[in-house]
Amino acid sequence: MTRPPRLARFVALLLAACAAEPARADDMPVIKVEMRDGVILPAVIEVPANTRFKLEISNTGQSPVEFESTELKREKALSAGSTSAIVFRTLDAGTYQVFDDFHPDAKATLVAK
Amino acid sequence: MIGAFVIAFREVIEAGLIISIVLAATRGIPGRMRWVLLGIAGGLAGAGLVALFAEKISDAFEGSGQDILNAAVLIVAVLLLVWHNTWMSKHGKELAGELRAAGAAVRSGEREAAALSIVIGAAILREGAELVLFLYGLVASGTSGADIQFGAVAGIGAGALLSAVTYFGLASIPSRYVFSVTSVLIIFLAAGLAAQAAQFLANAGVVDILGHTLWNSSGVIAENSWPGRILHALVGYTDRPTALQGLVYVATIAIMVGLMQWSAADKRRMVRAA
Repeated sequence: MTRPPRLARFVALLLAACAAEPARADDMPVIKVEMRDGVILPAVIEVPANTRFKLEISNTGQSPVEFESTELKREKALSAGSTSAIVFRTLDAGTYQVFDDFHPDAKATLVAK
Repeated sequence: MIGAFVIAFREVIEAGLIISIVLAATRGIPGRMRWVLLGIAGGLAGAGLVALFAEKISDAFEGSGQDILNAAVLIVAVLLLVWHNTWMSKHGKELAGELRAAGAAVRSGEREAAALSIVIGAAILREGAELVLFLYGLVASGTSGADIQFGAVAGIGAGALLSAVTYFGLASIPSRYVFSVTSVLIIFLAAGLAAQAAQFLANAGVVDILGHTLWNSSGVIAENSWPGRILHALVGYTDRPTALQGLVYVATIAIMVGLMQWSAADKRRMVRAA
């Protein structure tokens, strides 16, 4: 007689998990980065470690940019005036170098803590 | 101007080196030029579309669209390269002219050329989208001077020239050895592309294992230095590979060598039976 309640509890849990999933995606912290013709702002990008977050990159300049980090193994090219995001699943605490591959002098650091 | 030249040159050789190796590897297949041109045209059209819809693609799959698309393109290229090498270890000798029994090689050659066309298209699609974004930005912004635009065009020309030199260098290898050389190059090329695909899947959260870094050789050859970029394009060099990348790299090599041995043995059995 213990079977139906256990099944019901399992189904309820499953439904709760399904309902919680999209909510978590919306709750993801968004960190904004601005790139403008060879300048990356802020120069030190602070992000949370060991959790999901979204890096929202806006190209506010007149020329195309490419946000890149070999340490993070990420790259994203953006045409002038466009905005796009990179979702990080998890990131160890630490300091990572990022640069603009289309403006080789533009550098910044990303600090996860 | 120098900046635009360097960026355009870099993006072109990444795809160009892959194309020149694939071209050298398929020398002697009848009617392949048509397929090569089709692959280049398809790749460029695809790169234009990806650049045009960059934001939409990026937002797909909860922000992982770009990673998943890149992984899919690379996986297709890897599978076709695996198939190519397997096919070549059976028919390479016929194409090299040692056994002019043409027959089977020519018949299945058309299929082989079609596969090559897709690999070329995938290489251009993967690397070309960034170049299209970059070039379009130069023209569209209207703020860049003629010297910058000239630099970009010169960079494309120089990249194409280096790729052509690579092709003719490989093609000048005596036909008895050329397919042995290109088979080895393609094994490492495919392993590198497979490892990149694995990293894109990891970035997208599709694969969530073996994420730790195996080693850091950025002090010896930095991945974004010139030697690093060339090695990256040719053999998939990365200065901080993850365990997943290492595993996929080694597994791809093992599978390709195994299939080639099997295919060559199959060929020997057929010759003996005939």
